[in-house]
Amino acid sequence: MSALSFPEHPETVLLPVEHAAPRARRRWYRQPALMTGLVVMGIIVFLAVAAPLITSYNPNAQNLSQTLQGPSAQHLLGTDQLGRDVWTRLLYGLRLDLSIACLAVLFPFTLGVILGCVAGYFGGWTDTVIMRVVDVVFAFPFYVLIIALVFVLGPGIRSIVVAITLLGWVSYARIIRGEILVAKRQDYVTAARSGGLTSPRIMGRHVLPNVISQAIIYSMSDIVQDMLAIVTLSYFGLGVPPPTADLGSMISDGQNFISTHWQLTTFPGLAVVAVGLGLSLIGDGLADLIRPGQT
Amino acid sequence: MTAAPAPAPAETIAPGEPLLSARGVSVRFPVGSQLAARIRHEENVLKAVDGVDLEIGRGEALALVGESGSGKSTLALTLAGLQPPSSGEIRYGSRKLPARRSRADQRRIQMVFQDPYSSLNPRLTVGGILRELLRVHHVVPRNEVESYSKTLLNLVGLGEEAMAAYPRQFSGGQRQRVAIARALALRPDVLIADEPVSALDVSVQATILNLLRDLRGELGLSLLLISHNLAVVRHLCSRVAVMYLGRIVEIAPTEQLFSSPQHPYTRSLLAAIPKLTEGMGDDAPALRGDPPSPLAIPSGCRFRTRCPIAQERCEREDPVLETGAPDHQVACHFAFADGGAAREHEQEDPS
Amino acid sequence: MTESGSTGSTGPAGPDQAGATGPVLEVRDLHVQITSRSGVVRAVDGVSLEVPRGEAMGLVGESGSGKSMTLRACLGVLPAEGKVTSGSILLDGVDLVPMGQRDLNRIRGPKISMIFQEPMSALNPVVRVGSQIAEGPQVHLGYSRAKAKERAIDLMRRVGIPDPERRFRAYPHEFSGGMRQRVMIAIALSCDPEIILCDEPTTALDVTIQDQILRLLARLCRDSGASLVFVTHDLPVVAQICQNVAVMYGGQIIESGDVRDVLLDPRHPYTLGLVRSAPDFEYVRESLVPIPGSPPSLVSPPAGCRFHPRCEFVEEDCKVTPTPLRPLPGGRATACLHWERCLEAVAADKASQ
Repeated sequence: MSALSFPEHPETVLLPVEHAAPRARRRWYRQPALMTGLVVMGIIVFLAVAAPLITSYNPNAQNLSQTLQGPSAQHLLGTDQLGRDVWTRLLYGLRLDLSIACLAVLFPFTLGVILGCVAGYFGGWTDTVIMRVVDVVFAFPFYVLIIALVFVLGPGIRSIVVAITLLGWVSYARIIRGEILVAKRQDYVTAARSGGLTSPRIMGRHVLPNVISQAIIYSMSDIVQDMLAIVTLSYFGLGVPPPTADLGSMISDGQNFISTHWQLTTFPGLAVVAVGLGLSLIGDGLADLIRPGQT
Repeated sequence: MTAAPAPAPAETIAPGEPLLSARGVSVRFPVGSQLAARIRHEENVLKAVDGVDLEIGRGEALALVGESGSGKSTLALTLAGLQPPSSGEIRYGSRKLPARRSRADQRRIQMVFQDPYSSLNPRLTVGGILRELLRVHHVVPRNEVESYSKTLLNLVGLGEEAMAAYPRQFSGGQRQRVAIARALALRPDVLIADEPVSALDVSVQATILNLLRDLRGELGLSLLLISHNLAVVRHLCSRVAVMYLGRIVEIAPTEQLFSSPQHPYTRSLLAAIPKLTEGMGDDAPALRGDPPSPLAIPSGCRFRTRCPIAQERCEREDPVLETGAPDHQVACHFAFADGGAAREHEQEDPS
Repeated sequence: MTESGSTGSTGPAGPDQAGATGPVLEVRDLHVQITSRSGVVRAVDGVSLEVPRGEAMGLVGESGSGKSMTLRACLGVLPAEGKVTSGSILLDGVDLVPMGQRDLNRIRGPKISMIFQEPMSALNPVVRVGSQIAEGPQVHLGYSRAKAKERAIDLMRRVGIPDPERRFRAYPHEFSGGMRQRVMIAIALSCDPEIILCDEPTTALDVTIQDQILRLLARLCRDSGASLVFVTHDLPVVAQICQNVAVMYGGQIIESGDVRDVLLDPRHPYTLGLVRSAPDFEYVRESLVPIPGSPPSLVSPPAGCRFHPRCEFVEEDCKVTPTPLRPLPGGRATACLHWERCLEAVAADKASQ
């Protein structure tokens, strides 16, 4: 047998992509947590998106002759103290809160990932400064700070998003920094440096794609947290201004009638719980996929 | 098949002038709190490389041999421009290379790493890895990138199916081939291979070693091989430098080093290699004790704590790397003490 | 190991049925299967071997050959997805396969122990080294804490750890790689076992440290009379420390015999291929000859001889005829149907040296 060198027609025996794919992608549909979460969120999102099609009422239309009605054929969940259809308001509120939460997550995600990347990759003073800021922000209780910020900035959606961004980026920064500290020691990063690639390029094209999954998983639970923050702020009257339908203000308003018309407070609350559950399940499922746990 | 790529002839190096050289290179890493160290009048410094002079000629295959803590990997990274030296200089020909190398200079020295599983970005296809390098450095015109990538893969014995595949679809040996193709993509003058086959199965090692040898011949590459396996070294390299605790203690042509080693550490190293043909016998181990920590390098000769022939002088004086025979340098007060072997070679030398 | 509870009739500390002259460990037609997503992996597919008392036997092969799984089966530490599907493992005449974990725990330590490749992961990083060494004697031999400590310090001295009284209280991370491996050896020896299984114990060590550890192991086993099963992929290492060797490929033993006979005068094309492809320090070959192809699938191995797709001497019958180990004169055995072809190849190699 002669030594193998410069074969004319080299035979490359490769594992087919399907077999060699990370176990994750092949079996995502078999993960119970993930599937349940997707189903729950699927229903919720569908309801929220199709709200105008499902309900015929205007969420803000008052009908003072029909206040505080119980559930009936015309009003699935009854009406509130101003005669507005509760089911309609629920769906529209869900729609609003969910979209604000998703939007609100994008900014901290981006800011946190970038800063975490820079801190982790370059180290030294950059790392120290950024991480100390992170530490300071973490030291404050989230809700106290966010309420204070919104109070200062004035109530409204824009303030909510700004406040969430200013506070929310720190978790992403920490997560990404940790992952990058590990990833940058891998040989393929050294190889990229050896190949004369610039640091931003290595950070963005080589290291980040390999670590971003952790941030994405975290963002699932972050959406939940942001939604709760929005609901809480609205509950305190610092969020979405009335009369716009919103879960937080619905809960707050409905409180006054809790002994007689418990559905006014309870159903919006349940909606919040459902969203939280759905997103958490998705987050859990994703985490299991990316880091396969014990069955 | 397009022709094999030749190294980019960028500068003329005078014949006889080394392609790559290191003079007085040291690499020190601060460890722990420097302030505390200063208060205690200590040096919390890890001297990974502690004063190394080395030259690699064009087309030469030099081996850097040593055990853990010898500094060979750090020296390799420094030569490749990936780790700035704390002192000393690295030259390309006669030109000094700055700590931050230009892109053109960075290309000249490429590395292949030990672990085939972490040296390729799992998110990029093989084609993607090569394409990026070729484009960023403008190695070939844009429309030739694809075909040149295929040429590179053929050169290392992989077919074009490899282009669209991800690293996880390859075996360890195949990944090393991809790594070699990647290193060659930039047409380097020097290829530094850091333990290229240690993580591979025995029967696969042969293909990679043969590949390296053949590529050297075809492309006229200089090779710096880092290995702890002297059998591999003997097979591939014409000259060997032995490192211990950050210094080169002996450097000589391969056969001369193995037939008449002059430094006690080299002798111990050779004696420790397990042989197929003989059993261990009841002899004492080739070398006693553990290597000292690079944080606390012994005074005088750093090998004296384990050296079988250490004497009082060794504690006071740090031996310098000196030429005791043609092309054979040793850092030991008692090198060539037994005359004999060294003088034989002296007589053969026509000069 | 099968999880059926032990009824107690085959006690692990039972009488020495094989007598003081029989082999200390005897594996008979062992089959180990691992369930994986791609199917059932036949990791060990009909392995039989005998380890005589006081001797060191080497188990050589590349990754996927089944050598590590064989060792683990002997100790009863197969991964969760693996199990012994048939065959027997006789330690001093007592079959370990049907034993439950409780009975196995009683023999692990006093009768059989293991040394692993990576001491840093095999040692508990948060427990002091001395306690880890003393644990065995306390649990298995019923030593008091003081007596166990004494034994641990004595063991540390015997394995060459300097200043053992002080280092008794040290943690694993305070030791160098070679020293940690010595700690592992001390743990393995702590209950005076009859056989020690070694899974690539020196692969991660420097050459000079490997030399120290190999000599230490050989001396300790000689002094205590313990047998060794030494798994490695490094041929010269096996030649140093073992008297006999078995070469594994694709979950089976394909050649066995005296270590120098097998490695210098192989009677199986795979062994020949291994020897030819590894750079040897003593003899610089013109060109290394790699073994073409890749290791066989253990889920659906090739029919007939498992090595036939890669073999240079392959004939038609190799592709269909099963190839069990067959004895050759001189205490050797080979699974190759045409082993004589190796003789010619070896002779040709020697002539060109």
